Amino acid sequence: MNLPMNLLLIPLLPFATFLLLGIFGRKYLSPVAGIIGTTSLLVSAILSLQAAYSYFIQHTGEVYTSIVAWKMTWLPFSQDVSIDIGFMLDPISVMMLVVVTVVSLMVHLYSLGYMKGEDRFATYYAFLSLFTFSMLGLVVSVNIFQIYMFWELVGVSSFLLIGFYFDKPSAVAASKKAFIVTRFADLGFLIGILILSYHAHTLDFPTLIQRLTASDSTYLTSAIGSSFLGFSALTWGLVLVFMGGAGKSAIFPLHIWLPDAMEGPTPVSALIHAATMVVAGVFLVARLFPIYAISCPGALELVMWTGAISAMFAAIIACTQTDIKRVLAYSTMSQIGYMMFALGVAGYGGENGLGFTASMFHLFTHAFFKALLFLGAGAVIHMIHSNEMKDMGGLRKSMPITHITFLIACLAIAGIPPFAGFFSKEEILSAAWNANKAIYYIALITAGITAFYMFRLYYNIFWSKEAKHDSHIHDEHSHGEGTLTMKIPLLILSIGAIGAGFIPFGNFVSSDGHHLHLPFEIANAIMPIGVAIAGILMATALYKKENDKSDKIVAALGGIYKGAYHKFYIDEIYLFVTKKILFNLIGRPAAWIDKNIVDGAMNGIASLVMWKANLIKSIQSGKVQDYALYFYIGVFGLAILAIYLVK
Amino acid sequence: MLNEFLILMKQELLLCIILFITLILKISDNENSPRNWAGIVNSLLLINFLAGFILPTTGELFNGMYKVTELMIFEKNMLNLGLLVVSLMAHPCIKTHKHLPEFYMLIISTLIGMFFMISSGNLLLFYVGLELSTIPMAALANFNLNKSSSSEAGMKMILSSAFSSALLLMGVSFIYGTTGSFSFVQITSQLDNNALQVFAFVLLFTGFAFKLSVVPFHFWTADVYEGAPVPVAAYLSVVSKAAVAFVFITVLYKVFGTMANIWYVLLFLTSVLTIGIGNIFAVRQENIKRFLAFSSIAQVGFILVGISSGTQAGEASMIYFLLIYLFSNLGAFGVVNVVSSMSGKENISDYKGFYKTNPALSWFLTISLFSLAGVPPTAGFFGKLFLLTSGASTGNYLLVGYAAINMIVSMYYYLRIVKAIFMDENAMPIANIKAGIIPGIAIAICVIGILVTGFAGGVYNYIYSLSSGI
Repeated sequence: MNLPMNLLLIPLLPFATFLLLGIFGRKYLSPVAGIIGTTSLLVSAILSLQAAYSYFIQHTGEVYTSIVAWKMTWLPFSQDVSIDIGFMLDPISVMMLVVVTVVSLMVHLYSLGYMKGEDRFATYYAFLSLFTFSMLGLVVSVNIFQIYMFWELVGVSSFLLIGFYFDKPSAVAASKKAFIVTRFADLGFLIGILILSYHAHTLDFPTLIQRLTASDSTYLTSAIGSSFLGFSALTWGLVLVFMGGAGKSAIFPLHIWLPDAMEGPTPVSALIHAATMVVAGVFLVARLFPIYAISCPGALELVMWTGAISAMFAAIIACTQTDIKRVLAYSTMSQIGYMMFALGVAGYGGENGLGFTASMFHLFTHAFFKALLFLGAGAVIHMIHSNEMKDMGGLRKSMPITHITFLIACLAIAGIPPFAGFFSKEEILSAAWNANKAIYYIALITAGITAFYMFRLYYNIFWSKEAKHDSHIHDEHSHGEGTLTMKIPLLILSIGAIGAGFIPFGNFVSSDGHHLHLPFEIANAIMPIGVAIAGILMATALYKKENDKSDKIVAALGGIYKGAYHKFYIDEIYLFVTKKILFNLIGRPAAWIDKNIVDGAMNGIASLVMWKANLIKSIQSGKVQDYALYFYIGVFGLAILAIYLVK
Repeated sequence: MLNEFLILMKQELLLCIILFITLILKISDNENSPRNWAGIVNSLLLINFLAGFILPTTGELFNGMYKVTELMIFEKNMLNLGLLVVSLMAHPCIKTHKHLPEFYMLIISTLIGMFFMISSGNLLLFYVGLELSTIPMAALANFNLNKSSSSEAGMKMILSSAFSSALLLMGVSFIYGTTGSFSFVQITSQLDNNALQVFAFVLLFTGFAFKLSVVPFHFWTADVYEGAPVPVAAYLSVVSKAAVAFVFITVLYKVFGTMANIWYVLLFLTSVLTIGIGNIFAVRQENIKRFLAFSSIAQVGFILVGISSGTQAGEASMIYFLLIYLFSNLGAFGVVNVVSSMSGKENISDYKGFYKTNPALSWFLTISLFSLAGVPPTAGFFGKLFLLTSGASTGNYLLVGYAAINMIVSMYYYLRIVKAIFMDENAMPIANIKAGIIPGIAIAICVIGILVTGFAGGVYNYIYSLSSGI
């Protein structure tokens, strides 16, 4: 494993691409920007796979330890506390390296066709590279502050990409919303970091984890000992860190930015809002998992419940949305909720750690099928020029490859064997069964709803209204199914969506680094499969052919449907709280204080300074003899003071 | 012995050699085909700077009268770089001067003086170094021969230095009288803090304060900066102050460490005065050259806050700050100097709309000003942050709070220029300026320096590892 140079190239190549395209892209490199970006990412992806191969396969010994391949102290504060920049390898970071580079590579490749002819083509690739760099820097962080910096960089690049069509007001609003909501959550993250590092006297991950988990550690005692509002400092720290994670991962109730973020170009949604950035929150909890699991199960319980609520809540909303990207956005939110509660039900070490492994497994498989869904949706949008389901239908003949790959992805996410989603979801469900029955049933119901809305989406796009679109398809404005570069990623990702489930994941990733045998029993699998099939059949009955059955159901559900359609009015609640309450109660008084007291004080200081300036002007006479006089006065003043001090 | 002498003193000796080469070239100069002085001297100074990194040997000479430590080598390299930048930057405004080579000779000899001052282990050697660095400086201040304000500057400088030297020498003789030695090591062991020694110390302190333009010993600064040519003012406000500050901290920590409670109060008082009055000085200025020179008074006040802590972090943060300050102030002076010698415009109001015509220079000036003001994430922010944290480490929150408030005031006047450059409308902005290669290199060194020292944490770590507290 001594490949530090190769490892460093993994994040540095996208960074170099970003600099190159960011500085020279628009003027000189526009035609080849896509090729440059894709090539550099191809190298990154190969190096990541090589790193994964040498870390996992060539590995000897029982336990996967974390290896710090490279580390540099960037900003030292004291003996213990310093901000380091480094490159850490452990099972989850290596897994994330592979996920991020592979999905990003697919998106780069896909965008060659999708974004072709775009005016700011080079800028787009520069932003993509910046994002990839930030995400890679995030996953390999050795230091909690390093993760925070890259976390913010990820936020910035996501902001830039969501607002890529900056002449569209809705895109601008969405990018701002995403940035502000996640920024708000990041404030919690920062405070959490400060609390944890204050008690642990370090920012370094391995040391932090060691100090806050060892039972005889004085640091842990101090963190548990001091309490605020009835909770220990440790709980507060971990909950606030989770808050940052929840913001980035769009966990209820900080999810409101994710559906709007779909305003960005679709490949961006596939990369950022499906496979990589949104799982950063899960990754963060997983990174600090030993602390959560060993020292503070209370915080982990919070993770579990918010995850479960988020999963179910988003799944219900997804059933009612008509914008295909929004359906996918809510489904992403729901699946991340799955990963979160899987972490929540897990314990540290051995069999108890099943939830941890299951969560990471689901993260891994989800990346493939969700990216595939988004890219497939992108192909559809590319052809139809609309995001609305009502404009689609009967596309299976004109887009055969998209159709098949989309179907594979739908089966995968619905949890039908032998597709990837089945295996990871199965592990999550059995972990939940062992830990908490209530969670298990929530998860099971969610799985059924998931199958239903995914197939609602599938039928609405590819079946339903048959004839209507034939004329549209042969329209000269249409791009057809898209270029070869758009189809290849779909095919590659569908291989992942089929095959990723067969990876013996427990051998590689577990909460304590030991191999974990993943239990698999047919008996346990019957229920989830049955629920999924029921969901699919229901969707088939309602949506395969155009009919009014679904409208009748909608009418029968009345208020519930309306509530779900309006996303349970969470946005409106936020607006009410910010506009009506915060602005009036805090904003206006603060503005008054700022205008009258703060500005008044500043003006006061300014006039004081001017007044003193005139005074000094007269002292600065220009005569050397005067200067000598002041010099002597100064000397004697200081001398008297000094001698007085001695006495 | 000779070998040791050559190796330990190599930095001073190299400068002497450069000085003599310049002198010989000057004597053999032919009126009809003038030499390319800028090219020759700047290459020599570049070699000198690079040579500073070769054979970093430490040791003592002449029974501890002269000594070299790793930190001193680092400091000397810093000053070498400062001289190189000043000399590059000076090119557009002195290239037509009829005594051009003298400029280089004088400025090199001041640097030799500073090197001896830094390496001195003995009050006498220190004094000789101090004078060697001061007297040629007065001649440099007088270098604009056809301007009466320039000769006034030279005159005032030599007179004021005479006062301060006289008092300094009195302090030295009292120290000698009470301890019986000039050597720093023996003085330290002989100190018993009686009233006469304390008085002598205050006299020494004022000698340093004079050179650093600490209030109320700063009066000469205004007139000298005003009259002296821009590169000389830049050199005075950066290189010369840095050299004195290096010695000052060594003398305070190593020689008068036992008087820490006394010099702490003196530093407290003078830093409050210096920061406040320095800021007031800077706020009033409309001429950008004078503005930069005066704002350096307030910057020294911040250095005193860091020094007052008496810890390893105090010394490290001071040296780190000076390194950043060297880049930032010289970078700003470099741009301003180019603009003033090409267009003749020197007022802050002339810079309105500068960005429209000179985007690159605008950015360089802005980065330097941000760094001087301490706006994150430029290097200057980290410099001030470390200074204030080391000041706060001794629990002196009053002083640190005062300094922080004044930092905000200073942001006002630095950012006022940035506002003029980017935001203010101007029907007649300064026309596009071609900086030329030589000053361009100087500005580039400074901007790269600002960015690198700010982001490479290793620089501070390295300085920290070389430093020590009381």
